Amino acid sequence: MADKKNLPIGGVITTGGTAHEYVTGGWRKLRPILDKDKCTNCLICWVMCPDSAIIVEDGKMIGFDLEHCKGCGICAVECPDKVKAIKMEEEGD
Amino acid sequence: MAITMTKGQVGLTGNTAVAYAMKQINPDVCAAYPITPSTQIVEEFSGYVADGAVDTEFITVESEHSAMSACIGASAAGARVMTATSSQGLALMWEMLYIASGMRLPIILTNVNRALSSPINIHCDHSDSMGARDSGWIQLYSETVQEAYDNLFQAVRIAENEKVMLPVMVCLDGFITSHAIENMSLLDDAEVRQFIGEYKALHSLLDTDNPVTYGAMTLPDTYIEFKRQQSDAIARAKDVVSEIGKDFGNRFGREYGLMEKYMLDDADVAIVILSSAAGTTKVAVDELRKKGKKVGILRPRLFRPFPFKEVADALKGVKAVACLDRVDSMSGFGGPLFNEVRSSLYESEKRPKIASRIFGLGGRDYKVKDAVGVFEELLKIAETGKVEVLTKYITM
Repeated sequence: MADKKNLPIGGVITTGGTAHEYVTGGWRKLRPILDKDKCTNCLICWVMCPDSAIIVEDGKMIGFDLEHCKGCGICAVECPDKVKAIKMEEEGD
Repeated sequence: MAITMTKGQVGLTGNTAVAYAMKQINPDVCAAYPITPSTQIVEEFSGYVADGAVDTEFITVESEHSAMSACIGASAAGARVMTATSSQGLALMWEMLYIASGMRLPIILTNVNRALSSPINIHCDHSDSMGARDSGWIQLYSETVQEAYDNLFQAVRIAENEKVMLPVMVCLDGFITSHAIENMSLLDDAEVRQFIGEYKALHSLLDTDNPVTYGAMTLPDTYIEFKRQQSDAIARAKDVVSEIGKDFGNRFGREYGLMEKYMLDDADVAIVILSSAAGTTKVAVDELRKKGKKVGILRPRLFRPFPFKEVADALKGVKAVACLDRVDSMSGFGGPLFNEVRSSLYESEKRPKIASRIFGLGGRDYKVKDAVGVFEELLKIAETGKVEVLTKYITM
């Protein structure tokens, strides 16, 4: 949206996937912290995250996309009771 | 109604002529909810769909809000889209009208002018389309059945013009034009096809290889830029309307400009008026001309964008003007046509005297004697240079 003279007419966004460029992590008040020793890589957090902010590589949960995580805490709640590998902490603590 | 004649004269009502024009245009999608007095447009067009005479996807909806919403979705998908409505139907579309124009979707809507409630009334009045005059739609007002029919084809070209890309509203007078049979001439299907051409949308929501988003949020850093683009586009539409009206004339012998001037060039006084009432006023002009009175008419055809310069130029030699509105804008200062014309004249060095006359609300007859009465008043104003009553209701 830098070049205002060449904005597409009618406010159309002419390419897909641009939501990724919009960094929403700044809204976060609570930050998820992963305990890798406890995590069983069940990926329930990946399924449940409303912002697609769980990073998975080779079938393993490796952390959070903090540019898009809004700190809702759903991952920490959904992490199975016997595991509880995700904790929410105050930002800035 | 079976229409067998394609050349020469045929007698049709405004609604039947519009439905037939829609059949000839053969839009990809029509979403509509019938309402008096535009019902027969949708009724007859749905007959063409049922008979397989068109390829149109006809979407029956539960309200006019949904009709316009479906039109917007279909247009964003890249379809050529048409609908028709009147009065409360147009009012119910209001929210979506702004979305169609803001998204720059070339939808064609026929509005058969009818009064708005309350009190409830189904007859001719311009309060429906005049209320939508700032919704970003181009507005054409038709005097006759022939003009309404011809305007529909031009509207397709205007809306889809790459310099414009805006929705167009074609207005005709409820009952007076929509239900009265007039002699008119139809175009051949092939002529229509050649004139309107194929529509190729800039983007399509259904093109998954090139995904696009319509209707995204814009914050204070971009909203004003998009509105400026839209404003520039509707201003450009004026010249496009002229060019297309000329091209229509070259092809089919009926040329259309931004406005019609009737006996105006040497006139001392003039009535400015829209749509079918201009026809009644022409009879009054003919009668008064026989008596040596220099009276004339200016009938703007294009109301949005308003041709400010051309209107001022057309009225520059006139001493007194009355703007007749079939609607009150409830501003305490006359009707919308009056305000636009008066504003247009502000830059003129020699401004004529001007008055607002509200007439014919809710289908009240506007007769030749009413027009004669206004002309007589204008001739007095021209003589004395004094406007005694600036705004007034007539036909009471």
